[in-house]
Amino acid sequence: MPIPETRAAMSALVQPQQVHRDLYISQDLFKLEVKHLFSNTWIYVGHDSQVPNKGDYYTTQLADQPVIMVRHTDNEVHVLYNRCPHKGTKIAIDRTGNTGKFFRCPYHAWSFKTDGCLLAIPLKKGYQDTGFDQSEAAHGMTPVGAVHNYRGFVFARMAPEGIGFDDYFNGSLSSLDNMIDRSPAGKLQVVGAPLRYMHKCNWKMLVENQTDTCHPMVAHESSAGTAVKIWDSLDKPEGTPKPPAMEIIAPFMSPYEFFENMGLRTWPNGHGHTGVHKSIHSEYSEIPGYFDQMVEAYGEERARAILGEARHNTVYFPTIMIKGPIQQLRNFIPLAADRTLVESWIFRLVDAPDELVARTAMYNRMINAPTSMVGHDDLEMYERAQEGLQSQGADWVNVARLYEDGETLDEEAVLNGTSERQMRNQFHAWLKFMTATMPDSGPASEDAQ
Amino acid sequence: MSPAVTRDDLIDFVHAEARMLDEGRFSDWLDLWTADGVYWMPLEWNQQDAIHETSLLHEDQFMLRLRVERLNGARTFSQKPKSRCLHVLNRPDCDLIDNDAGRYTVVTRMTYVETRLDDQFLLAVTATHDLVHQDGALKIARKRVDILNCDAAFGNIQLLP
Repeated sequence: MPIPETRAAMSALVQPQQVHRDLYISQDLFKLEVKHLFSNTWIYVGHDSQVPNKGDYYTTQLADQPVIMVRHTDNEVHVLYNRCPHKGTKIAIDRTGNTGKFFRCPYHAWSFKTDGCLLAIPLKKGYQDTGFDQSEAAHGMTPVGAVHNYRGFVFARMAPEGIGFDDYFNGSLSSLDNMIDRSPAGKLQVVGAPLRYMHKCNWKMLVENQTDTCHPMVAHESSAGTAVKIWDSLDKPEGTPKPPAMEIIAPFMSPYEFFENMGLRTWPNGHGHTGVHKSIHSEYSEIPGYFDQMVEAYGEERARAILGEARHNTVYFPTIMIKGPIQQLRNFIPLAADRTLVESWIFRLVDAPDELVARTAMYNRMINAPTSMVGHDDLEMYERAQEGLQSQGADWVNVARLYEDGETLDEEAVLNGTSERQMRNQFHAWLKFMTATMPDSGPASEDAQ
Repeated sequence: MSPAVTRDDLIDFVHAEARMLDEGRFSDWLDLWTADGVYWMPLEWNQQDAIHETSLLHEDQFMLRLRVERLNGARTFSQKPKSRCLHVLNRPDCDLIDNDAGRYTVVTRMTYVETRLDDQFLLAVTATHDLVHQDGALKIARKRVDILNCDAAFGNIQLLP
């Protein structure tokens, strides 16, 4: 039975302390998410350092929608649907390249400026008096609804009308700022290719997990717990510097109390982060020379403020997470109700020592690779949940931890780090942007059926 | 083993290593490495820099020991039930035999198959072993594993090609 495209039908799936399992397993609902949720929200596309020169492009997906991010002749970054307006052929198929001043479809040689406008069609006179000028095809490649380049991070809203960039992200941009300000030049650069890790589960499980602070000491006992045990068994003298691997992996085994005291902050529209007061990234060793560079660039007080933040995971709803202290971005690309491609990207802090990017690369492979022991722990849980949720024995997924009556998710708040408030915040935003342009209920005749 | 390592010794070594992994004898497998041996699996085709770019895997003996103890651990939920693997080796090429320096390089093309529950996947792999002659035995100083489709999206790869 198709799900009615109404506010009433969506609201029935989201309660304050629990959400219906259809949010994870229904492919019909996933199609509505593409049409509404992923269209009405601001989705991360890519970083502008991936397209430094005019004509440079990068192909990716906004959920299941193929797009091209391209540097236009006016030096602005544009985002176009990757579809020839003629027969539908993808215009670019390689992940990166340079197309010069125009795209040319490899099928019938229709060509387009890098802002999508139709440039030329071979044998154009064949379209005279055919009504072509009024057709969709005459518009060229379709741009997404809106694009915003925030200090190098390119976001798109697919819907032509909707919430503006600043209103959507509001105070949450402080996490992106902090990651970027960690470069003495105030600039980041993408390094290398992303890890690409296929998850046979719904995208929401991954996004929820980013602020789930009650799982590390359980699910990651096999990796982080074993690491701690091996280190202890080596019986090194007090004060021996830990190997870098230990610095990264051991804090996953911190006790519940640590995660409670870490703190959690939520912002309106589904954004939030763990690690308000401290985090598993707080105790990384200093890299020689870096602090001095920061002081020179920002002055001592500001440098200390920037480096004093140790925000753990910041979720930019719906589909990315960043780690400021480790210069990393994970993109959870929803492909289907039960399929999510996770891309894990790393950044270089321009003008900072190379040791920092070495630590970032190490973190990425240790935690986020398809070959990562920690990744195996997580994916196992997601895939078990995806299968378990098929059960008709229970319909609801619980998100009640530290819920309080009268919780106001449209206001920023800081609380206990083991609260599931950020998960509730995400579902609150899910409902808001799913239903932004839906009618309250179906036509009377439909209701009667 | 005589002081002069032969082509056959090198080929036998690579086959024995693969067999240990296939039979799940991971602790024996750890004994094949030098103290500073490193296992590297690049993320990008022809990747040169293992340190400042992301790799699929770049692990020293501490990390490999962690990996093995995790595989053997009681609360390793992603290994309940355990994965199995099979290395199907082509004839190894002995690219370097330098008995004076005690250094050897062996390049082996293979298909690697890993399975757990109803899932099975196959990787086409080139393994490059840099071996050294140490205390009368061959040891792995560096193993580089290049996966043919290294840039593809994978699910879990839990054992070791």
